[in-house]
Amino acid sequence: MELFVQQLVNGLSLGALYALIAVGYTVVYGIIQLINFAHGEIFMIGAFGALTTWLLLGSASSNTSVWLLPVMLIGGILAAVAVALLMERFAYRPLRNAPRLAPLITAIGVSIFLQEAVRLFYGDIPGFPDAKLAIPFPQIDVVTGPAVVIGGVVIQRAAIFTLLALTVSAVCLFIFVNRTRLGRAMQATSQDPDTARLMGINVDRIIMVAFVLGAALAAVAGLAHGLRYTNIDFRMGFLAGLKAFTAAVLGGIGNIAGAVVGGLVLGVVEAMVTTYIPGQFGGSAWKDVWAFVILILVLVFRPQGLLGARVVDRA
Amino acid sequence: MRTQRLVAAGATLLAATLAFSACGTRSNTSSGGSSSGTSTKVAKIGVIAPLSGDLSALGLGIKNSVDLAVKQANDQNAVPGWKLELDAQDDQATPDVGKNAATKLAGDDQVVGVVGTLNSSVSLSVQPVLGAANIVQVSPANTNPTLTKGADPANNPKRPYKTYFRTCTTDLVQGPFAARYLYNTAGLKKVATIHDKKAYGQGLVAAFSDEFKKLGGTITDAETVNPDDKDFSTVVSKVKPTSPQAIYYGGEYPQAGPLSQQAKAAGLNVPVMVGDGIYDPNYIKLAGKTSEGDLATSVGAPTESLASAKAFVDGYQAAGYKEAYAAYGAYSYDAANAIINALKTSLKSASDAKSARSATVEAMPSVSFDGATGKVAFDPYGDSVTRVLTVYKVTGGAWKPAKTEEFK
Repeated sequence: MELFVQQLVNGLSLGALYALIAVGYTVVYGIIQLINFAHGEIFMIGAFGALTTWLLLGSASSNTSVWLLPVMLIGGILAAVAVALLMERFAYRPLRNAPRLAPLITAIGVSIFLQEAVRLFYGDIPGFPDAKLAIPFPQIDVVTGPAVVIGGVVIQRAAIFTLLALTVSAVCLFIFVNRTRLGRAMQATSQDPDTARLMGINVDRIIMVAFVLGAALAAVAGLAHGLRYTNIDFRMGFLAGLKAFTAAVLGGIGNIAGAVVGGLVLGVVEAMVTTYIPGQFGGSAWKDVWAFVILILVLVFRPQGLLGARVVDRA
Repeated sequence: MRTQRLVAAGATLLAATLAFSACGTRSNTSSGGSSSGTSTKVAKIGVIAPLSGDLSALGLGIKNSVDLAVKQANDQNAVPGWKLELDAQDDQATPDVGKNAATKLAGDDQVVGVVGTLNSSVSLSVQPVLGAANIVQVSPANTNPTLTKGADPANNPKRPYKTYFRTCTTDLVQGPFAARYLYNTAGLKKVATIHDKKAYGQGLVAAFSDEFKKLGGTITDAETVNPDDKDFSTVVSKVKPTSPQAIYYGGEYPQAGPLSQQAKAAGLNVPVMVGDGIYDPNYIKLAGKTSEGDLATSVGAPTESLASAKAFVDGYQAAGYKEAYAAYGAYSYDAANAIINALKTSLKSASDAKSARSATVEAMPSVSFDGATGKVAFDPYGDSVTRVLTVYKVTGGAWKPAKTEEFK
């Protein structure tokens, strides 16, 4: 039982990370039907943005006090949002009316571009570590101290931080989408961009908002990843992005609540199969296989995803 | 219909990205040393090692050390009438990329020998290419026994490629050495094993487990992880209830560091022991403060402590390389010198480098000299005859040698 709860905690905290990234895939897909494969790199940029903020502010005195946390978060979000906006403006907007394959290929190109840019040039900035290797992430005292133990179940503080961050972000996002004018404009654009434009909604602005939202949450995930795994590297976005995309599809792409649920489910599935599948096909090495088996099963029996894709088919 | 087509296209593109991220060789060529006026003919020594990515710290140490050996050979005019050059190729620690690098080197008529690779799994795909081209390959770091002794190295050794040699010793020795240290010296009788399914990690863990059980110890749990994993909390949670006194991990530091950190953060406060793949300062950086007491075995004696390596260390520092020689520097230097020694015989009467390839292979078994790491000579399988190993321990945030011993 203890092991079950422990793995549930592990799975939820891993899933929270997937969920935070998955929201970015789903928001953008919901508005412009683009699978933004470069979103994993936005997550990576968010982590590097937070690291950069720390290097500029705290590293001189090895400062790890807790006030740096919100500052690093803002730094990470600013970096991720800036890159996402540039990406939207210069890579995707010129292809707004192109066939769907063109932006998809562009997304893959942007992804490779961002990875290589960080790999090659981050270390060239004076005083910054070489990004060709994994870089140790600053450990902020309150968030990364000794783990909390409740009845034999060990919960790392960074895991609590991730779950808390997901809860706060999800609630804020829900309120934003359902209660504000801008949020309702997003829903309208998602349903029918042409009619939305006729109703006086600036569609280009809504698309930018979608990218900003996704990037901000990815940056939160980037910071949480750094605190939890104690190091970051230029390739961290690739696999995390792939998993988060899977989570978005699992939950129903285009559906924000679906992305959150999909992420958590994926995380818990990965944790559980590590423990409870016996024999040759069990263990940590097979967790990805089982995660994708679950994805295939869900898509076979419920092609719209767990919570249902909220995309109107405009074909 | 539209949706289906998009999904199909997306899947194809995804596969394409995966493929692209795995190829794309970043080559890094630097010509070796000063050209002396008398040399006219050029022979190249290739290097196949990870020059970018997680393992580049080890790979660049290999490249620089070979570069040093080549420069010194040119300065001393070791092979009269020939100028040696270095041709370093990046394998990104990936078998496919390594194979492309080997094909590229084999296609260059001037290449007579190759130092590399770092990873056993890469050598498995490099061996056939260089073997077919009759090019000598000397690895400074491959410890997988199958590379020299075939599919069943312990019971039915059979040498697969007569072109392959190595200056380090193998997991057949490294794993049992670790087992004996944990059981006899550290007095730990219950150990859990984890490996990353790569040839190196798997071989290490198999050899370790056999010896540890033979000594009377218990393997409490045997787990595997994926080489790309960042999150080890689930596997740690699974190992923890079996209450091991140590974790033996088969793999390299990019995963071993975070694994150690996460194990200790989850309350599993036991030493993590690994092979030479984590004997690197970056391991301690990644594993953090809680890595104190973690153990590594490495082939040979500590480079700094060897009287024989002093000339190498001085030469390396004098040459002013940007990167440290790292764990395999001295072995790479010896590997390059072994090839150069064979070239002294094979290039003597050769008209061009390509025709000397098979003569070089034939000259290798009789190579014997005192290198930076001790006596350099090969047994009939191509393995090094020197089987000295050392256990290192993280003490005060750095690797400190704990015990050096010749394995018998």
